[in-house]
Parts: sequence; C-alpha cells; structure tokens
Amino acid sequence: MSEGPIVSGKDPRFVRTLYAQVGKPSSWTLDAYLASGGYQAIKKALQMAPDAVIDEVKKSGLRGRGGAGFPTGLKWSFMPKNTGRQHYIVCNADESEPGSFKDRYLMEDDPHQLIEGMAIAGYAIAATKGYIYIRGEYRRAYDRLMAAIKEAYEKGYLGKNLFGSNFHFDLYVHRGAGAYICGEETALMNSLEGLRANPRLKPPFPAQAGLWGMPSTINNVESLCSAVHIIQRGADWFASMGTEKSKGHKLYQVSGPFKRTGVFELPMGTTFRELLYDWAGGPTEEIQAIIPGGSSCPPLPWNDETLDTSMDYESLAAKGSLLGTGGVIGIPASVSMVDAMRNITRFYGHESCGKCTPCREGVSGWMVDLFEKITTGQGEKGDVEVLENLLNQIEGRSFCALADAACWPVRGSLKHFRDQYVDLVEQKKAVNRTQRWS
Amino acid sequence: MGFFDDKQDWLAEVFSMYPPEGRRSAVMPMLRKVQEHEGYISPERQQEIARILGTTATEVAGVMSFYSYFQALPAGKNHIQVCATLSCALAGSDELWDELVQSLGITRGEVTPDSLFSIQKVECLGSCHTAPVIQVNDEPYVECVTKVRLRALLEGLRAGKKLSEISLPGKSGHVVHERGDEASI
Ligand SMILES: Cc1cc2nc3c(=O)[nH]c(=O)nc-3n(C[C@H](O)[C@H](O)[C@H](O)COP(=O)(O)O)c2cc1C
Ligand code: SF4
Ligand code: FES
Repeated sequence: MSEGPIVSGKDPRFVRTLYAQVGKPSSWTLDAYLASGGYQAIKKALQMAPDAVIDEVKKSGLRGRGGAGFPTGLKWSFMPKNTGRQHYIVCNADESEPGSFKDRYLMEDDPHQLIEGMAIAGYAIAATKGYIYIRGEYRRAYDRLMAAIKEAYEKGYLGKNLFGSNFHFDLYVHRGAGAYICGEETALMNSLEGLRANPRLKPPFPAQAGLWGMPSTINNVESLCSAVHIIQRGADWFASMGTEKSKGHKLYQVSGPFKRTGVFELPMGTTFRELLYDWAGGPTEEIQAIIPGGSSCPPLPWNDETLDTSMDYESLAAKGSLLGTGGVIGIPASVSMVDAMRNITRFYGHESCGKCTPCREGVSGWMVDLFEKITTGQGEKGDVEVLENLLNQIEGRSFCALADAACWPVRGSLKHFRDQYVDLVEQKKAVNRTQRWS
Repeated sequence: MGFFDDKQDWLAEVFSMYPPEGRRSAVMPMLRKVQEHEGYISPERQQEIARILGTTATEVAGVMSFYSYFQALPAGKNHIQVCATLSCALAGSDELWDELVQSLGITRGEVTPDSLFSIQKVECLGSCHTAPVIQVNDEPYVECVTKVRLRALLEGLRAGKKLSEISLPGKSGHVVHERGDEASI
C-alpha cells in the first residue's frame, strides 16, 4: 500500500488535516489553533503572488465540496483583475442538504481554519472583505466563529496589513433563518442583501456581478478549509490522494442504521465498503439502499457492486448517481423505498422558493401529492407512469437546480426499486410504517 | 417606545457589517433580534424595521415569510422544533412528534395555556448522525432524542431550567468519529 495514489484511509501515508483538531478539547480557541500549526499557510500565501496561490490550488485538483464539484482554482481565476472595485469572498456555510453535517463541525471545532481559508482565498482574488453565510440553526458554530473572529482581530490576524503585508481583510458572519434555497449561490447573495432568497438569473456569474453587483466568489466551507492545507503542504501532497480526476481527501458523512454514524475524513476514491464497514462499523439492521451523497443523489442498491464503488465524482456518475456532499444515508430494508422518497420529495416541495412553475407546481404540487396518494394506498394503475412523465417535464426545465435535485433521487429509486412502487399501486396498499423510536 | 430606540449601538454595529448601499442587509439580523426578545415579530415591529431601513412593511413581511425561523404569531417560551427529514424520520421522528402532540396537548401553530410550549416541524438540521434531533428556540441541538431523554427535557423545561442546565440521560450526541475503532456514542 505504499505505491500509487492514496485511496484508502488505512494507507499509512494518509494524514488527516481538515478534521485533525475536531473533537479535541478547546480545539476552537486561537491557542489550540496556533499550537497545531495554524496561521502558517496564510503567511506563506502572502509571500506568494496572488496568481501563484490560484495556480497552486488549480494544480492540486481541488474541486468544490459544496456538491457540484467545480474546480476551485479555476473558479478563483474567473475573478477580474485590477478592477479597482470592491471584491468579495463569500463562504457558503448554509449546509442544508439532508445527510450533510460536515461543515458544522469544521466551524464548531476549528473556526480559525475557516478564517485562515477565507483570508487565503481573499488574497488570491483581491477581496478585502469576506462574508460567511451560516445557516441560522447553527448556533454553536456561530458563537464559536464569532469568538474566533474576535480573537483573530485582537491578534491582527484579521483587519489591516495582515502579517506585515499590505493586504487588508475584514470578515463578517451573516446568519440565515431556515431556508434550504439559501445554499444556492445566487439565492444566498439575495438573502445576504436582505431580499427574499430567490435565485438570480445567470449570467452574469458572481465573478462579474455578485454581491451588491461586485465581483464575488462563493465557496463551500470544506473547499476553503482544504485550501489552507494545499498552501501549507503543497499541491502535490493534495494530488497524491484520490483518483485521476477527483483529487485529495474529503469529509464523508454517515447517517442511518450504522454502528458508528458520523463524519470521516478519507481520501477520495475510498470505497463505500471501507467507509461503511471499516469506519462506520457496518449496518445495525438489513439495508436495501444507500443515498451516496446527500438527499439529491440517486439511491443505489445495497450490493457488492455498490459497496465496491469508489467514492469519487466519476465513479458515482458512472453508476448513475452523484458524489454530492458525500453524505451517505442508509435506508433500511424494513422501510418502504417509496416512503423514503416521499419524505425527500416533501422536503424539496417545502423548500421550493416558488419562483418558477416546474418546481412550484411540479415538485411542491404534483410530485408531493402523488407520493401522498401512492403511499396512503390510493394509488391507481398508471400513477408510476404519471410520476415518470412528471420527472421528464420538470428535470432540466427549472430556473435553478433545486427542482433537478428533487427529481434525481426519485428517478434513481424508479430505476432500482420500481417494483416497490408498482406493488403499492397495484395492491392499493398503504406503506407499512414500523415503530422506529425507542 | 420603539424596540430599537435603546439599541442604537447594536444597530450601528450591524450596519457597519455591510457597505453603505447594503443597509437593507440588516433586515434579517433585526428580525432575529426582535424575535429573540419578544418571541415573535408583530406587525408594529415589522413597520418599525421598515421605517429604519427606508423600505415598506410589505417588503419586510415578504422577507420574513420566506424563512421558517421567523414567527408572525406568539410562540411558547420554549419553541420546540422537530426535524422531520429522512435520517430523523428513519430514527422515528414521526413518533417523537406524535408524543409531543400528545403530552403537550397542542399541535402546530398552538401554544400551551401556560405559554410554556409551542411545536414546529422543521427540515434537516444538519445533524443526521445523531437522529432524531430537536432544537429548542435558538439553542444548540438536543441530539439522539429517545423517549427517556424527551421526558427529562420536558420536565426540565417545565421546571423553568435553561437547556444547558438540564441533564439528559443516555447518549448525548456530538460525537465525531476519528477512527473506526473508537467506541460508539
Ligand atoms: C438548491 C441548492 C442548494 C445548495 N446548497 C448548498 C449548501 O448548503 N452549501 C454549499 O456549500 N453549496 C450549496 N449549493 C451549491 C452552491 O450553489 C455552490 O455551487 C457552492 O457553494 C460553491 O462552492 P464550492 O465550489 O466550493 O463547492 C447548493 C446548490 C443548490 C442548487
Ligand atoms: S427550481 Fe424551485 S427553488 Fe429553483 S427557482 Fe425554481 S421554484 Fe425556486
Ligand atoms: S435529517 Fe434530521 S438532522 Fe438531518
């Protein structure tokens, strides 16, 4: 195991960085951060030209960890140069995709890591101001971030002339108030500007006209934290982990009936088997499917083929699913797959912003109603086809990706678990809900 | 007297977070502040916020209604939010909800006669590994909510204790596994 790229958390060459401090006593304080080597990467970055910082991130192969996997260095390079205008770096800390909870612990237990990442990104794209848009429910993370920002200002790690350079950087935290759509980058900007959080038309892209019309870049919490270690340890270190097109390490999350649910930092390309058995301790009851990367990702059946799939962008796409945020949810065999999809559809229906018809009427109206009908034993012959037809009408025709995100899991469930739908409809059976609370 | 009359310093600090053209960004922090103090945001308060921001009350109401956290009607002293999304549902959040409805004698939109409790279903709180999860007001989460833990929580809240003062039996959540061989929650 000591040659070739690192694709297993058990490889002795693998070192954890993102979550190295999480769970340790007082890990969120500046003292603890400095003791673990914090604020060295920003010093190093400030000695480099901004473009060299961008190149290093490009070379690392880091792809955005917010779900879409867009190359981070490339995104930074889209920012215009020498505009003389205010640029902004925005951190997407809205983390609302069901099954995802990795960003919360990054902020609760290692807020200085994120502050450092924001400063590095800010320096690279000439943004002297940064905003962290944090979901409103994350109270402990908010408190710790605010305390950390205060500490950083007191030490001169934020504010004017960072570490003796001529780079100034101010950082603010804006709290959300419970709306999943605020995670969509243009909706997030509207929310931050004090408007209803409807997504904006693209183009213009944020790099041209973002927050208050100024050039802006939005990155996920984990992406920004990863940049710290890429600068610190070098692009080659990062690229020594993972697969050909999915480099580095990632925070995978496990929920559902497994022995040890939680967050696991592993190299890209680790298999589901390693994650779910070696790290999460295996299932505690019979499982029929996993949702591989947060609720918007099509479910895959629980079998050897799925378990031996490598957790990276390409391998999951090849299986007809997505890596998403890396939030794995196990669905027990005793629960109806249709009922699980009803829950997810209800979620997207509730979170639709109502701006466009396919999503407002199609997801919130038709899809939610149809799932209610089928799962309560009122389904009729042809309903499964109606559902499929709906998916065809909605997918790819909505204003933003929320409606697509609502369709993907349902489509995946129809591909692998169609018989469960047909069974409910033909037998006019209501789903069987077993007691699951103790 | 206006709610913000004696909070000018706080307001100035909020405005300082945003550029001059971005005064309107203060609307969410202001709504939050009112709700923290009064439990909900009355039409008068919405009007006051609109006046300070130089916009209309309709605009403020429009923003307010977009977010599930902001309440237009009085809530209980302890507003209990139950996560209803998939991982929590798989851990029995529906039954947890039914138990709350039964033991408090209220449902969504209602407040107990002693004004102590109101309940709401919310979507994924970002703690799916410690399902089922609930949040009381704006406090850190109560995780791995079993029947025993729920009973202890309600008892503590009824006795007027703060969330942080209530000791809940059993597993407590907030565990991040670093290694596969680590003990379970
Ligand atoms: C409906 C919707 C919800 C989203 N929610 C989040 C989120 O909670 N957190 C996040 O980082 N990205 C979210 N995204 C993706 C963002 O729009 C954006 O791509 C991402 O923040 C970019 O950061 P990255 O390149 O570092 O991944 C969401 C996208 C959509 C369409
Ligand atoms: S797809 Fe849904 S969330 Fe996105 S703009 Fe349309 S209505 Fe709003
Ligand atoms: S599903 Fe309840 S916290 Fe995620």
